[in-house]
Amino acid sequence: MIGISLNVNQHQYHIQVSPWVSLLDALRDHLKLTGTKKGCDHGQCGACTVLCDDRRILSCLTLAVMKNGANITTIEGISGENELHPLQQSFIDHDAFQCGYCTPGQICSAVSLLKEGKAKTREEVKELMSGNLCRCGANMGIIDAIMEVKERGLYE
Amino acid sequence: MSTQPTVGKPVSRLEGKLKVTGAAKYAAEYDVPGLLHGYVVNSTITKGKIVRVDTGRAKAVNGVIEVITHQNRPKLAWFDLQYTDMDAPPGVVFKPLYDAEIKYNGQPVALVVATDFETARYAATLVSFEYEEEPFETCLDNNLEKARDAKKGFATILRPPPPKPTGDFEGAFKNAPVKVESEYWHGVEHHNPIELFATTTVYEGDGKLTIYDKTQGTINNQVFVANVFGLHFKDVRILAPFVGGAFGSGLRPQYQLFLCVMAALLLKRNVRVVLDRKQMFSFSHRPQSVQRTRFSTDENGKLTGLNHSAVSETSQFEDYTEQVVAWSHKLYPAPNTLFEYKLVPLDVHTPIDMRAPGGVTAMHAIECTMDQLAYKLNLDPLEFRLRNYAETDPSTQKPFTSKALRECYQKGAEKFGWQKRNPTPGSTIRRNKLVGYGMATGMWDAYQFPARMEAMITKEGKLVLNNAVTDIGTGTLTVMSQIAADELGLPLEDVTFNYGDSKKPFSMFQGGSSVTASTGVAIVVAAKTLKKKLFKKAAGIKNSPIAGASEEDVIFKDGNIYLRNDPTAYVSFKDIISLNNGRAIETTNMGAPDVLNLRKYSKAAHSATFVEVEVDKDLKIITVTRAVTAVAAGKIINPKTARSQILGSMVWGISKALHEETIMDEKLGKYINTNLGEYHIPVHADIHELDVIFADEKDTLINELGVKGVGEIGLVAVPAAIANAVYHATGTRITKLPIHFDELL
Ligand code: FES
Ligand code: FES
Repeated sequence: MIGISLNVNQHQYHIQVSPWVSLLDALRDHLKLTGTKKGCDHGQCGACTVLCDDRRILSCLTLAVMKNGANITTIEGISGENELHPLQQSFIDHDAFQCGYCTPGQICSAVSLLKEGKAKTREEVKELMSGNLCRCGANMGIIDAIMEVKERGLYE
Repeated sequence: MSTQPTVGKPVSRLEGKLKVTGAAKYAAEYDVPGLLHGYVVNSTITKGKIVRVDTGRAKAVNGVIEVITHQNRPKLAWFDLQYTDMDAPPGVVFKPLYDAEIKYNGQPVALVVATDFETARYAATLVSFEYEEEPFETCLDNNLEKARDAKKGFATILRPPPPKPTGDFEGAFKNAPVKVESEYWHGVEHHNPIELFATTTVYEGDGKLTIYDKTQGTINNQVFVANVFGLHFKDVRILAPFVGGAFGSGLRPQYQLFLCVMAALLLKRNVRVVLDRKQMFSFSHRPQSVQRTRFSTDENGKLTGLNHSAVSETSQFEDYTEQVVAWSHKLYPAPNTLFEYKLVPLDVHTPIDMRAPGGVTAMHAIECTMDQLAYKLNLDPLEFRLRNYAETDPSTQKPFTSKALRECYQKGAEKFGWQKRNPTPGSTIRRNKLVGYGMATGMWDAYQFPARMEAMITKEGKLVLNNAVTDIGTGTLTVMSQIAADELGLPLEDVTFNYGDSKKPFSMFQGGSSVTASTGVAIVVAAKTLKKKLFKKAAGIKNSPIAGASEEDVIFKDGNIYLRNDPTAYVSFKDIISLNNGRAIETTNMGAPDVLNLRKYSKAAHSATFVEVEVDKDLKIITVTRAVTAVAAGKIINPKTARSQILGSMVWGISKALHEETIMDEKLGKYINTNLGEYHIPVHADIHELDVIFADEKDTLINELGVKGVGEIGLVAVPAAIANAVYHATGTRITKLPIHFDELL
């Protein structure tokens, strides 16, 4: 067991984990932050996307010990206490999910995508969101939701 | 402002906030004290016997509590029947860890239970089995001569065998001036919801269990657990408030539930079992099938003969069947018909319903054959279908409760711009792409099952409803709340619909696009009784403002009962309850289809899909650039969630036509692309313009709500429409799904 500290959603956590525990399992099983989802556990679905120092990463492909001292933002920390992030609201407005299981990953990924600023067009947004699978087929709604926030400049 | 009706309004999902903030909890996400983690070990052979088990190394790992195999498992129910469930096909249910026999590759053979997930997973790699292998058969194509009729049983009520032949098909086909004969093939598919199958069992003591499970049927799984483990029905509670997609895979209790409960009972501890993605391919799938069609017409393009035969795989232990071959005659009139359906048992797990089971399989063959005939007849494919439009169900001669397919054709074609189509294949070129238009018709049954609804008005004057049904992402919570709000004239905020809990009154599993009708009608029935009760109480109050009025004289609105012709005279729900000594007014009622009346009719939802594809001239890569699906499914309670159901189905259609397929290594008898990198489903970049139209279909016969369900109808026509568009683009007819670009090279 190794002691690490993680700053998750602006809370400082100190946990003891085995070196092979993924950041995803550390979040879900150790910190009980189950908003981050596990869909494949090996980098193929995007459900586990979180922000690490503002960049989107796949927490299932990241060992918790690698992130000792890092700042992590999960879906639970995307917005302030009682308000929704514009993307979260836009996802609701555009019915950008059905079962909701891929949703936290989609939103975290989109938050980072907008910050990255690389995607200019709808086609580029689609391309750069393609690491996040949605089996319910809410693809149109997801991209519509992101495009609305992007076009209205509702992100910092 | 007085309460406006919500039915027909695009209300956003009521659980939306929980889903976008990560607060929605799925089966593997319940934190319970002293939780143990189970990891499943699967067989690495396809058929044979376990001759030696070595769990020693696994057990020696620090943190491992127990390794359960068939050798040391607790005593189980004796009779096969006790393992059965509401969706079990005829045969003998597969029983995990029952004995040494291996029936299919990936069969669960052990459960390692440890104090944490990592330890369980690691220790699972240390459990070793020695097998005695036997020869096996997993290839449908090689075993077609073994095809036989399916056994009949309880579950076949909903899947009757093919109808009897009519007329003289062989004679008619032989002499027909225009005819087409072809064969269609599609591979195995796995549901692959993004949420992994998982169960968290809370061991409450005294033989009581609370189980968070990934399922489409809380009561189905409750009955299963109680029967198998000899528990009292009332002591088993299955909860599934959030289900991360299922698409049919949750219709039957899956093995993680069984193993998790077994471990919890054995160890008297709380246990969680989560499958990994590879294991998501180790139980149930859409069966591969081979279909043969022979359709004929007269010179004017009127169908004269329909012959559709299908051979599907099933397991060696259960006869899973689908409704495949009867659809063409429900869609098109023809005097001579011949339908056959057969099964080939293989050494695989029993298939299970997967979104639009049978229907999407059938419609691929039927609607591609229709397309071929249209070319032969030199008719526009849409015109050809209109020439064979059935006003009444040709297979039963009964009228439809409603059928707005003509409107689907017309509105879909208009929106899509179908009339711009140049009939000659390969004639339309855009930059370096061949452009093709294709269309197809879709049909799906309109199921309704019995359901029981508990409804009550609380002392706050609010409505609370209880039912065991799940919401697997379909929008059930929202739709049911809308129906209930309108029935009682309440604003949506004043309605609470509790669901996903086997403790609540009965609901069948969530499948077959049946829930809106089944659970919705139960709400209507319960609301009627509730209103009667409220009215009686209100009218009986001393000096009641509505005294002397009859039930027809009042309206329910905003939590009050008003006199229809004097809105100043009213009694509020709150007053009624407080005069009832604060006790809620409640009722529990059964909603059920009006079977006697419905016997006189045929009932179905219809759709028409129009698709544009681009095929790269050199690389032959296929892109669905746009698609329109027009749907006739009765009344649409919530156009927002219903549209999502259709859009999701269209993505499934694209996936089935161009992407997804589970590939079997026939030498090993084992699926080889068991991960989301190699089991292809569309990503965002694959999905372009999709459009949904709902026909205005009024149906006063089908049920009290006039609804037919929209979970599957959006899918059925899409693969055929895409295959037809690929033909139109390239002039090459591919009759195998998924269509890969290399087949066009
Ligand atoms: S769980 Fe990390 S990518 Fe699927
Ligand atoms: S909403 Fe279900 S997987 Fe995306």
